[in-house]
Amino acid sequence: MIQADLNVILPEIVLALYAMAALLIAVYAGKDRFTGPLIWLTAGLMAVLAAWIGINGEGTRAAFGGMFHDDGFSRFAKVTILMSGAAVLVMGQDFMAKRDMMRFEYPLLLVLSVIGMMVMVSAGDLMALYMGLELQSLSLYVVAAMRRDSARSTEAGLKYFVLGALSSGLLLYGASLTYGFAGTTLFSGIIDAAGEGQAPLGLLFGLVFVMAGLAFKVSAVPFHMWTPDVYEGAPTPVTAFFATAPKVAAMALLARVLHDAFGGVSTDWGQVLAVLSLLSMFLGGVAAIGQTNIKRLMAYSSIAHMGYALMGLAAGTVLGVQAMLVYMAIYVTMNVGTFAFILSMERDGQPVTDISALNQYAKAEPGRALAMLVLLFSLAGVPPLVGFFGKFYVLRAAYDAGLVWLAVAGVVASVIGAFYYLRIVYYMYFGEEGEALDRSRASVAGVLLMASAAIMVVGVVNLFGIETAAQAAAAALVN
Amino acid sequence: MIGLEHYLTVATTLFVIGIFGLFLNRKNVIILLMSIELILLSVNINLVAFSSFLGDMVGQVFALFVLTVAAAEAAIGLAILVVFFRNRGTIDVEDVNVMKG
Repeated sequence: MIQADLNVILPEIVLALYAMAALLIAVYAGKDRFTGPLIWLTAGLMAVLAAWIGINGEGTRAAFGGMFHDDGFSRFAKVTILMSGAAVLVMGQDFMAKRDMMRFEYPLLLVLSVIGMMVMVSAGDLMALYMGLELQSLSLYVVAAMRRDSARSTEAGLKYFVLGALSSGLLLYGASLTYGFAGTTLFSGIIDAAGEGQAPLGLLFGLVFVMAGLAFKVSAVPFHMWTPDVYEGAPTPVTAFFATAPKVAAMALLARVLHDAFGGVSTDWGQVLAVLSLLSMFLGGVAAIGQTNIKRLMAYSSIAHMGYALMGLAAGTVLGVQAMLVYMAIYVTMNVGTFAFILSMERDGQPVTDISALNQYAKAEPGRALAMLVLLFSLAGVPPLVGFFGKFYVLRAAYDAGLVWLAVAGVVASVIGAFYYLRIVYYMYFGEEGEALDRSRASVAGVLLMASAAIMVVGVVNLFGIETAAQAAAAALVN
Repeated sequence: MIGLEHYLTVATTLFVIGIFGLFLNRKNVIILLMSIELILLSVNINLVAFSSFLGDMVGQVFALFVLTVAAAEAAIGLAILVVFFRNRGTIDVEDVNVMKG
């Protein structure tokens, strides 16, 4: 019995044991000397686990009395999380080595947060949900404040901690109400109590609080205020991580809670999500226009992108969940590439985040400028690049579900959003002559930038088959 | 006779005090940490009261998990606060403003 349960969570156990063993060994043996190899080893392990989960996983299995689910949906999310985590780990290495930030805790804290995310996307119970979410959040608070000597980094950590703890509190209060009015913490029990038209008011209150808590984690408007500051203040490799894996995990968790536990009241939460989505798309698009710091701009960009992903969820259909998964996978790929570029922006060895530093960049480095152009066009959703298909999917899901007004608003918001992406392109190709950035050297980040840009072009053919994988995943979740 | 509503009222009151403490407090980051603890405690009261009235142990198990995580959270919050203080020499909420949101 316990053997079968442990088999289901084997990937998480492997990662957890690895993190603890590596922590012990690193403390006793070499301190920070081993950080470089440790980063590669960690990334390798995460890639292997992603392949294992992706290839080996089959069917739907539940462990610990339904508290933990291993199904197509969780596997899709886990593979995305593990791959993006591994990519972000290796691409930040040069940046960190130059700035004396190679602490062995960094890869291990990321591993711990990845374990938290894997538990989140598999949760079948409010307790599993909470423990996974907290493991993820607590690790991320620490890495945000990792530059202990920097006022910005510590301030980012402090802001992230306070608002993150508030969101956990809201979520937890909702969870306690849900438990009280459903009489159980299992999602399978909650969905029986929250049937169509007969859900007690207390349960709906619980739902609202849980959604508010999770909206903080995906940084949807009006719960987004921490995002720009934390993105700007945290060290760039950490920001790159914030913008990828945790967003996928929180979005997948939101989908799981809403469909697995509150599937019976989908009309109620559909309206709330539609409003969150609308506000996020417009605020993300409008507020990014005035930004001069590229990390801050990427924060608003991620808020807008979360708006589109929420549009898929708001549809409340299988197609909607599929669209959300496809969108998140594409979003993560684009962000890995974009942050690989941002990591290499430096002048005289110092990191630069000002957009105007990119003036005339295309003259100095045509290849990298072209790759960045492809990524920015893809982020803006310009056809025929892959980013367009992500937007197309969520718009179609919203349209099919009768949310025509939301789909129209999404198109308008994407036109507004295109402005600030294209402004960066303008600076790179037609900007005024200014102080140039350092020549880039061959690095892992450079390879990932090129690979990500290539995916945006080549993926147009069939999106590398993630469509069918996402469809199977969505079908496993929605019933 | 004290019923479930009374416990829920106390918990809700504590929760609201905690939320207001976070948003209205302009003085000190320590008070923010205290408000967060207050929110988590109100949740625990909720859980234990529900557990008792439902005759179901799960709520108490949940409350123990929440207590454990709250301890870890407080430890990390104070650690971040200490590095912040070393950099800035102050823990006033008004001084948490290097970046404008």
